[in-house]
Amino acid sequence: MIRRNTIPFGPQHPVLPEPIQLHLVMENEKIIQALPAVGYVHRGLEKIAEKKDFIQDVYLAERICGICSFMHSQNYCQGIEELMKVQIPDRAKYLRVIWAETHRIHSHLLILGLLADAFGFENLFMRLWKVREQILNIMEKTTGARVILGVCAIGGVKRDITPELGEYVLRELDSVEKQLPELMDSLLKDYSVKQRLVGVGVLPKDKAHELGAVGPVARASGLRMDLRETGYAAYGDLDFKMVVGEAGDCYDRTMVRVKELYTSLDLIRTALKRMPQGPISVAVKGSPPADEVLARIEQPRGELNFYIRGNGTRNLERFRVRTPTFANLPALLHQLTGCELADVPVIAICIDPCISCTER
Amino acid sequence: MTDVPKFNKSPWVVHFNCNSCNGCDIEFLACLTPLYDLERFGILHVGNPKHADVLVVTGSVNHRNSRVLKNVYDQMPEPKVVVAMGVCASTGGIFADGYNVLGGVDKVIPVDVFVPGCPARPEAMIDGVLKGAQILEAKHSGKTPLAEKNVITRTPTPVAAPAAQEKGASHA
Repeated sequence: MIRRNTIPFGPQHPVLPEPIQLHLVMENEKIIQALPAVGYVHRGLEKIAEKKDFIQDVYLAERICGICSFMHSQNYCQGIEELMKVQIPDRAKYLRVIWAETHRIHSHLLILGLLADAFGFENLFMRLWKVREQILNIMEKTTGARVILGVCAIGGVKRDITPELGEYVLRELDSVEKQLPELMDSLLKDYSVKQRLVGVGVLPKDKAHELGAVGPVARASGLRMDLRETGYAAYGDLDFKMVVGEAGDCYDRTMVRVKELYTSLDLIRTALKRMPQGPISVAVKGSPPADEVLARIEQPRGELNFYIRGNGTRNLERFRVRTPTFANLPALLHQLTGCELADVPVIAICIDPCISCTER
Repeated sequence: MTDVPKFNKSPWVVHFNCNSCNGCDIEFLACLTPLYDLERFGILHVGNPKHADVLVVTGSVNHRNSRVLKNVYDQMPEPKVVVAMGVCASTGGIFADGYNVLGGVDKVIPVDVFVPGCPARPEAMIDGVLKGAQILEAKHSGKTPLAEKNVITRTPTPVAAPAAQEKGASHA
């Protein structure tokens, strides 16, 4: 008879930077069942948001996650603007797209680097993160901060990108794009890398739909799901093209992210070119009315939902966060069932887990 | 580069994400990559606390992870140094009011160096780890007893670091 063992994976683990714990029920090398244990990063953010002023909550929303921080504040601001019926200037919408897409590039480079580290390709990890520093330089030069930008505000944005800065951004993007092909070839065409990625953690299309996967995980399985197609902010004017895979394995998820890097580069270039002149913010007076709104946005990891309910005062009645990693966890557990123990880090990294978002 | 400390050893670092928003974590990982390159000081990032001399903690402590943090700390061999990265690890930061947040890391384990910032800049982080390495040397030679004196690193951005120490002291 084969004995069953339970192996705890996390919360402190060499390959996983995120404190999630998975109890892996094993039969020899095979995983029979994966059970998540969460709560290690729960900060009670939703309750703190109710205590603070709704304008202060922009900064709180930004700190839901440090990796995709701008998108959280953007989604919160879009929600409040919809609630208070504020029309923001067109230039602010374009600026939001530019910073959101730089965030997407930096997040994808980050996770591709961590993936390379997870299958033991440290050189590629270091080189990808070196390229990522150029993206962070763009953010630092345009906003003054590297990771948590603090430029999004209710009614627009706080900083403008001048034509000189725009040219600097374009130069840096060209330099990044020049370095990408070599790195991406070693990620997508290398024989030993393919051995670790192709056919690992397969999530079929119908299963992805059934489990409610979002973002690159859903798109790699062939589901056409990208909120940027709905044209929020300025995406409607930017000729956005969705990237879709088909096999639904770790290789396709990596490929979707790599192709999205190029999509984001193009989006930033187009946005800089088509950005109209004008003000970057409007003054917002009053408080959110006693009404509710569901704000949605496409984050690097997938669809992010905020449910915001006001009550006519400066404080919010309710602030609820549903992050993409939360939606992808059932898909992760499905992929882990039946895989080998050695593939666990690669599969876990490939859904791009952000536990800090998930547990808020 | 005059005040770069001299080390007799290479301090190895283990990183634990306590209750952080990931901002400090990715900045600390960026410290280890080519642009900032902590490895030039002989500092290596390891996954096993039993191999490590310096514990870098990001984020505040909550009811669930305080036991894990204590566990990681206890597994490290003496002498050891704890560096609290970012304002959350120092005081709880923006999440200090949370019902689930106990406060800074110093509520659970003795902290040697506090690095303020939200998130702390990589330069400040490197400074903090190097200060920690100096304290490690002092502890190794028996000059400083365990966590007697806290050090606050200088940082290019002004943040409420002294307040952090006062708050920690008043609750102790």
